[in-house]
Amino acid sequence: MLAFTTHTGAVAPLDRVNVDTDQIIPKQYLKSIKRTGFGDYLFDGWRFLDEGSIGMTPNERAINHDFVLNSPDYQGASILLARDNFGCGSSREHAVWALQEFGFRAVIAPSFADIFYGNCFKNGLLPIVLDSKIIDQLFAETQSNFELKIDLSSQTVVTPGGDTFAFEIDPVLKDKMLSGMDDIDMTLAERELIEQFETGHRARQPWLFERDFSDGKSAESNNTEGQAS
Amino acid sequence: MAAQTLYDKIWQAHSVGKRKDGNNLLYIDLQLLHEVTSPQAFEGLALHKRPLWRVDANLATPDHNVPTTDRALGFKGITDLIALEQVVTLDDNCKSFGVTQFEIDDPRQGIVHVVGPEQGATLPGMTIVCGDSHTSTHGAFAALAQGVGTSEVEHVMATQCLVQNKAKNFAVIVDGQLQPGVSAKDLVLTIIGKLGTAGATGHTIEYRGEAIRSLSMEGRMTLCNMAIEAGARAGLVAVDDTTIDYVRGRPFAPSGEQWEKAEAYWRTLVTDEGAHFDKTLRLNAADIAPQVSWGTSPEMVTGIDGHVPHLEELETDVQREAAGHAFKYMGLQPGKPIVDIEVNRVFIGSCTNARIEDLRAAAAVVRGRKLAANVKEALVVPGSGLVKAEAEAEGLAQIFIDAGFQWRAAGCSMCLGMNPDRLAPGEHCASTSNRNFEGRQGHGGRTHLVSPAMAAAAAVAGHFVDVREWL
Repeated sequence: MLAFTTHTGAVAPLDRVNVDTDQIIPKQYLKSIKRTGFGDYLFDGWRFLDEGSIGMTPNERAINHDFVLNSPDYQGASILLARDNFGCGSSREHAVWALQEFGFRAVIAPSFADIFYGNCFKNGLLPIVLDSKIIDQLFAETQSNFELKIDLSSQTVVTPGGDTFAFEIDPVLKDKMLSGMDDIDMTLAERELIEQFETGHRARQPWLFERDFSDGKSAESNNTEGQAS
Repeated sequence: MAAQTLYDKIWQAHSVGKRKDGNNLLYIDLQLLHEVTSPQAFEGLALHKRPLWRVDANLATPDHNVPTTDRALGFKGITDLIALEQVVTLDDNCKSFGVTQFEIDDPRQGIVHVVGPEQGATLPGMTIVCGDSHTSTHGAFAALAQGVGTSEVEHVMATQCLVQNKAKNFAVIVDGQLQPGVSAKDLVLTIIGKLGTAGATGHTIEYRGEAIRSLSMEGRMTLCNMAIEAGARAGLVAVDDTTIDYVRGRPFAPSGEQWEKAEAYWRTLVTDEGAHFDKTLRLNAADIAPQVSWGTSPEMVTGIDGHVPHLEELETDVQREAAGHAFKYMGLQPGKPIVDIEVNRVFIGSCTNARIEDLRAAAAVVRGRKLAANVKEALVVPGSGLVKAEAEAEGLAQIFIDAGFQWRAAGCSMCLGMNPDRLAPGEHCASTSNRNFEGRQGHGGRTHLVSPAMAAAAAVAGHFVDVREWL
């Protein structure tokens, strides 16, 4: 995973509430079996006027010049400024992959949807929660090449005007983001703990173990054989 | 011991402990897999040469991408080559990792959230994950069931654990009884309308009260399915006789002595008297009318006797601004009565409303009637091959076909339009699915979320009608 320590970059403002993951990356692109290739389709329904499909490149698309990410003012932005409940809806991690591949390193919003928020930390995209009033101020100040400096260690966002805003973050998630460590390795380091739990769990609820879902090929036989005796 | 909520109990029963970095590990009993969010996870395992922690805790079926026609052709029925690759990849991964898959031509194939309960793979008191936000469906069984991202799918595959902090407890209490013609779908849409799409973020919802106790398992699944639409990662309903009766005799439910032991434990899966909830919403079922969404978020919903809101009727600037976008996208004027909204397409299906009871409710409305002339297409997509077979045996399929509906094979279909079932730009669809987001059912498509009975009535009338008047 990509570690996050400090980042200074230009801001793009996306002034909408409840931006859902269907908007961030529409379903037709979820057919890919890879983790990459989603950046070209970020906010596809808003960035483009035509209906896209997997494999199309932006230069063969009809650009929606009214959409903020297509404005010359915000080209190269790496921090997305957003509104409440960003990332609601589907659990698709593709939304995070698309934002990252497009070039975003952080999203700043008053609130995030739970699954999206968690997915960010699996990939090194930093979601920053700031108070609505501060978000309003940032929206008001954001213009071309408005750069913010984000420092995860000190949990601060600094504006060009010198305002410093502190943000809250779970210390455990923060450490993980700073180190960029592999989550699975960290959990597998607790193998004994998991095995110990599993032994007890199996004794308490044995019916949850050695379930043979392949048992019986046809539904008919399953339906009858499965009757509780 | 302090009084515990149902959520507290399941959490505690699966709490493994903390990692060295302080993160909680929650043990997962079952992972459901489908073709869209699993390929990158399997690839991650293969790259790191990690095995599945427990092969027997995984069950797969393709659902999002599968065509709802030509099922007899198996893979050959998939004309979209990219979709085909995804379905074939699931097949390959299941074979190489030893995971049981209900394959594309298996009669048990269907939407994962229909298949799990139907097969008894879903059991009370379990923890369940799936790379799909509607995993909350299984909470109807007092199972802690959550949607996860692909990295978490891989993490559970490799470790059988989820790294997670405990959520807060949210009680949604529904007193009284729903009126005839008003369903669990109308109830959950009402709840989302009151809470907003982020109203339960950070919480697990437990649905409680007389109206919930009176719901069938199908209704409870509809209710829990859409907990995520209020921002809650999981929804729960406590165990009672209805739960036990549904699970008994399912193919993968325990039997004999194991069943006795399991049932005794499951009966304890209720919230203790006096347990603490961080938030509560209380409403009366009798007040609820059939619901229709008018906007591009599930919270933009109103009763069939209502209208598209005027901006001044909305409470906040944020709502007014969002409504402005929604009016434009939906092509609707403020103040328009809901019953005046014309419908061009109808979709009866999805993990929200494609179980047998849903099809019965819709068929009861359709029986002896025909599709309206302005309805171009109406699809009925059963939630699983077994639901399809059951509906055919009961004569429901014929009722739909006689009325002019298309009777399809099981899958997610037009709920998200990954397969060829999609809306055209500007079309209004009465849909029994769960999300009315822009473009969700097709580029420029306009989704109205409704119950199966309401979708059926709209199909016949050509516009929304109060199905209570048809009973």
